[in-house]
Amino acid sequence: MSLEVDITHHFGHFAIKAAFTAGSGITALFGRSGAGKTTVINAVAGLLQPDAGHIRLDGEVLSDAKTGVFQPPHARQFGYVFQDARLFPHLSVRDNLTFGARYAKQGHGARFDDVIALLGLESLLTRAPNSLSGGEKQRVALGRALLSHPRMLLMDEPLASLDGPRKQEILPYLERLRDGPLNLPILYVSHAVDEVARLADTLVLLQDGGVRAQGPLFDVMSDPAAVPLLGVREAGAVIEAEVAAHAGDGLSTLTLSAGTLELPGVQAPVGARVRLRVLAQDVILSLNRPDRLSSVNILPVRICDIHQGDGPGTALALEAGNDRLLARVTARAVRDMRLSIGTHCYAILKATTVAPGSIGR
Amino acid sequence: MSVDAAAWEALSLSLWVACWATALAVPLALLVAWLLARRTFWGKSALNALVHLPLVLPPVVTGYLLLIAFGRSAPLGRALENIGLTLAFHWSGAVLAAIIMGFPLMVRAMRLAIEAVDPKLEAAAATLGAPRRAVFMRVTLPLIAPGILAGAVMGFAKAMGEFGATITFVANIPGQTQTLPSAIWTALQIPGGEGQAVTMVVLACVVALGAVVLSEMLAKRVARRIAGT
Repeated sequence: MSLEVDITHHFGHFAIKAAFTAGSGITALFGRSGAGKTTVINAVAGLLQPDAGHIRLDGEVLSDAKTGVFQPPHARQFGYVFQDARLFPHLSVRDNLTFGARYAKQGHGARFDDVIALLGLESLLTRAPNSLSGGEKQRVALGRALLSHPRMLLMDEPLASLDGPRKQEILPYLERLRDGPLNLPILYVSHAVDEVARLADTLVLLQDGGVRAQGPLFDVMSDPAAVPLLGVREAGAVIEAEVAAHAGDGLSTLTLSAGTLELPGVQAPVGARVRLRVLAQDVILSLNRPDRLSSVNILPVRICDIHQGDGPGTALALEAGNDRLLARVTARAVRDMRLSIGTHCYAILKATTVAPGSIGR
Repeated sequence: MSVDAAAWEALSLSLWVACWATALAVPLALLVAWLLARRTFWGKSALNALVHLPLVLPPVVTGYLLLIAFGRSAPLGRALENIGLTLAFHWSGAVLAAIIMGFPLMVRAMRLAIEAVDPKLEAAAATLGAPRRAVFMRVTLPLIAPGILAGAVMGFAKAMGEFGATITFVANIPGQTQTLPSAIWTALQIPGGEGQAVTMVVLACVVALGAVVLSEMLAKRVARRIAGT
C-alpha cells in the first residue's frame, strides 16, 4: 500500500507545498500549528480540493488538478478520526459505530465484535455521545472510522484535546491497532514529539507549509538537521531495545546493539522489544571511557554527522552499534574536544533521560 | 343559520386553510431557508428581502398586491384560472395569503436551525462513505427537525390568525372564504353580535392552545430522539 501525495494549496499569501509518500504502518505528519498538517490530511480525505498537484493510492488517482479528477470524500474509503470526535449527537454510540457500515465494501475490514473488543466499547453502546468523556468519545470515533472498512485511517491530532491521563488511556489502543491483525495503514497528524516517537514508523516533518524531512522514524529522529524542526528540547533519537532482565531494585537491563542500559520503570516483560527515546540534550560525550560515574549507561560511539545550529548548540549524530543516537553539545565543546566526523568517544546517558511514555510495544 | 353552525363553519374553513397552507409551505420554506443559510448566489439579499417583505408590509397591502397579481382580470390570475385554479375570492386564495404571511416566520425558524448544524458533522458523515443525499437524510435532517417543527407550528398559527391580507384578497363570504378571524370581525360589526363572537373567540383560543401543547409534546419527543436516549 502506498499513498503518494504531491500537492500545492494557497491560503491568501501562505502556500502549502507538500510531497511525500506514506506506506504501511503509521506515517506521522509532524509540524507545529500552522505548518499545514490539517490542510494536507483534509486534501487526502477529499474535504479540501488542492489548487494543484495530485494524490494517488496504489496508482488510483484520488485527486489530480491537471486532469480535473477529484473523488469526493465518500468515494475514497478513508476513515477519518478528527481532533474533536465529531460523533453524531442524535445517534447512540451503537448507531454512531454502525453509521458507515452500509456504505462499506464487503469482504474486508474489521468485524463489529472485534472492534468493540479492541477498543473496550461494550459498556458504552447504548449511551448518548454527549454523556461520554473526551477519551471515550475518541475511542468511539476511532471505532466508527474502523467499521466503515477504510483502506487507510486518517487521524488529525486525535489526542490533542485530551489531558495527560486520557492520552495514556488512548495510546495503548492505537498501539494495539498498529500491531494488530488489521494491518491498516495510518496517516497520523501530530504536533507532539512524544506521540510520534511512540507510534510512528515513518516520519514526515512539515514546516511553514513545506516538507523539510521524511523517512523511517529512527532515521529522521537521529538526523542532526532535523533538530531545529523538532525543537532543541524535544529532539532525540528513538532506538529499539530488548528487555533482558528485571532487577529487584526497580531497574531493568535492556540490550542494544552497542551494549546494555539500566533503566527504571520498564513495564514490558523479559524478551519484549521496546522503543526508547534518548533526548539529544541529555547525552553527554567523553573522549575517555569514564569510570567512577553515577551513571552506568555508557555506550561506545562514533560521530557520523555534525550539524552546526544557529545558536551556541551543535547537533551530533552518533553510531552506536547498528543504532544511531543524537547528542546536542555546545559548539565550544566540539572545538575544545576536537570532535569531528569519525571521532570515537563515549556517550553517557542518564537513566532518567528515557521518557517512560515512550517505552512501548 | 344558528350561531354555532356559523361558528363551526368558520372554524372548519380556518383549519382547512391552515392545514393546506402549512403542508404546502413547509417544503418550500425549507428549501428557501437552506439556500439562505448555506448557499451564496447572485440575488441572495433580494430573495431574503422578498421573503421578509410580508412581515413589514401592512397585511392589507399584501392582500391588495395579491389581488392585483392573482385577480381574475390579472394575466397571472387568468392563466391559473385556465388550468382550473381560482384564487381570488376562493378558499385557495386564503391558503395563498396564509402561506405568504407565514412564510417569513417559517423560513426564519428553519434557517436558524440549519445554521446551528455544524458542517463538520456532515464532513464526518461524508468520510464514513455517506453520499450527499444520505448525509442530509441521516445527519442534517434529524438535527434540524425541531426547527422545521417550530417553523411549521408558527406557520400554522399565523394561518389560523391571518386576517388583513385574507379579507382583502378573498373577501369575507360565509361558507366560502369566511375564516374564523373574518367571522369574529363580522360578528362584532353587527349590533348585539358579541354573543356570537364570544363562541368563536373561545374556539380560537382552544385551537391555539391545542396547537401549542401539541407542538411542545412533539418537540420534546424529537429532542429526546436527538439526545439519543
